[in-house]
Amino acid sequence: MNRIAEKFANLKRENRKGFIPFITAGDPDLETTRKLIIELARAGSTLIELGIPFTDPMADGPVIQRASERALLQRVGVAEVFEVVADARRETDVPIILFSYFNPLLQFGVEKLANESQRTGVDGILVTDLIPEEAEEFAATMRQNDLDLIFLVAPTSTDHRLKLIAERASGFIYAVSRAGVTGERAEMSAETEKLVQRVRQFSDLPVAVGFGISKAEHVVDVWRYADAAVVGSAIVSEIEKAESPDDAVSRVGAFSRRLLTSQPNG
Amino acid sequence: MAPLEELTAAFESARSDESFQTELDSLLRDFAGRPTPLFFAKRLTEHAGGARIYLKREDLLHTGAHKINNTLGQILLARRMGKKRIIAETGAGQHGVATATVCALFGLQCVVYMGAEDMRRQALNVFRMQLLGAEVREVDAGSRTLKDAINEALRDWVTNVADTYYLLGSALGPHPYPLMVRDFQSVIGTEARAQILEQEHRLPDCLIACVGGGSNSIGLFHPFLADKSVRMIGVEAGGVGGELGQHAARFNADGGGRPGVLQGTMSYVLQDERGQIATTHSISAGLDYPSIGPEHAFLHDEGRVEYTSVSDDEALSAFQTLSKLEGIIPALESAHAVAHSLKVASEMKQDQIMIVNLSGRGDKDVDTVRENLTTEDTEVLRED
Repeated sequence: MNRIAEKFANLKRENRKGFIPFITAGDPDLETTRKLIIELARAGSTLIELGIPFTDPMADGPVIQRASERALLQRVGVAEVFEVVADARRETDVPIILFSYFNPLLQFGVEKLANESQRTGVDGILVTDLIPEEAEEFAATMRQNDLDLIFLVAPTSTDHRLKLIAERASGFIYAVSRAGVTGERAEMSAETEKLVQRVRQFSDLPVAVGFGISKAEHVVDVWRYADAAVVGSAIVSEIEKAESPDDAVSRVGAFSRRLLTSQPNG
Repeated sequence: MAPLEELTAAFESARSDESFQTELDSLLRDFAGRPTPLFFAKRLTEHAGGARIYLKREDLLHTGAHKINNTLGQILLARRMGKKRIIAETGAGQHGVATATVCALFGLQCVVYMGAEDMRRQALNVFRMQLLGAEVREVDAGSRTLKDAINEALRDWVTNVADTYYLLGSALGPHPYPLMVRDFQSVIGTEARAQILEQEHRLPDCLIACVGGGSNSIGLFHPFLADKSVRMIGVEAGGVGGELGQHAARFNADGGGRPGVLQGTMSYVLQDERGQIATTHSISAGLDYPSIGPEHAFLHDEGRVEYTSVSDDEALSAFQTLSKLEGIIPALESAHAVAHSLKVASEMKQDQIMIVNLSGRGDKDVDTVRENLTTEDTEVLRED
């Protein structure tokens, strides 16, 4: 059993729910990213999504777009992200998945990506703009290296697509709370719960819900029907508001702990 | 993906529906002004001193460029799908104007995304879109040009997909857009083929068109692809130099162009060694894009179409040449095709035939040209 499966199995056994924070690697710099990974693990993260910066983040709202821009100023690419994971691995075994657009991965090399993931301790990869129809080769390489391939599903996904994705996904399935890009929302939509129920008809994998979760109430609501809540833009906003890199680490730690106060048995 | 599947199904159904094509044909004729002439450019031919040069006059269409061919096709599709809100991206502003125009024609809400840099250099087109009732939204991200406007339009589309139709203007983006735009633009080549057969009683020897995303060129080339004797040349923007960031020549491997994935399409992409998308430069906003329609990538790899580039200066010079010799002020995009046609025609025999796609007219570019002409050029203009 790999680290991601083990984590979700433990949560289930303990009747707890998962918390998945997202940060962009290199925002504001790589050393802070390393500290953030460790702090987020200490705060009780189930796993951490590490965003690879990209010039054209078309699935992201303004907050994560700006994080990408800050990281690109540090010239952070795929190779640097692996180094920060390797460094963080000396201090934590929290599962880490990479969250990326396809082009930086393609140019890095798919085979090399799998090898480096294994070497540094990356557990899975989510590629926002790689559709399952085009993912065969990529998925095969990931599978051979025991890496999970995580897919997004949306309320607009048809049953046909949910089935297609369920057949190819591993680790967990990431359900997008509503049509749109990443970013905070005032309220979670009722659509999300329906989507999670539909996903469960096709897959036994854990289902995480993300896009727009920014408050403890959202997290508690998602925990009612899903296995984990993903929080991205709200955490990245804390980094953006910070006065210094160290302030970013303490803000993100405190914010995550506030989100997790209502964990059952937690 | 669901919206793309919905769009593909609607397009396939419209494509095989005779009444759809009949309605489109009548709009192309009565509203847009098709067919456009195929004009023998006598003085340009004499100037080049070689092949007989014909101009396919897409610049004479309503709104001033070939873009209206595609927007009329897609607006009928949007109506068929029951969408009430239309969004589009625009670079030079020609596609934005063409979209705003068809939205006015059918009484649909229109939002056009445009890079801040493009809004500055195409201020006239921004005002035209506003006059036509469209809302122009400034995109202040990345390179502030066409690529960033497409990102923003895609973000809008995934957010408002239930009532919104994304009217993409070039033969790029995810399927079915490259296929659909090619289909709607193929009227250019189909007409040109019939016209040259009528006027010269034979096929042309060479076709030349500029290539940004690649819609006017694929529209001209596609109906000739099976005619093996017809040479085809796509002209990219050579900008001000060969370094990454100075041009928009995607097939220039030394300049940073290689296969990659951008905005849902695998094609040749200008990028750095880390796979980050490069900034581009061209004097013409419509060619200023780091990727190229995927069918062009295929035609390039097959060797069926040749691709080359001409610089900003060469385009500026051709802009003036065509204006003075034929009384036609071309768009700066089309001036790239004209510039290269002069080189190629001069190496051809006098009984050979070339068709150059004059994809748009140059009214929108006169300010840019004035800013870029040197003092020497201006004096030449005065003497004339």
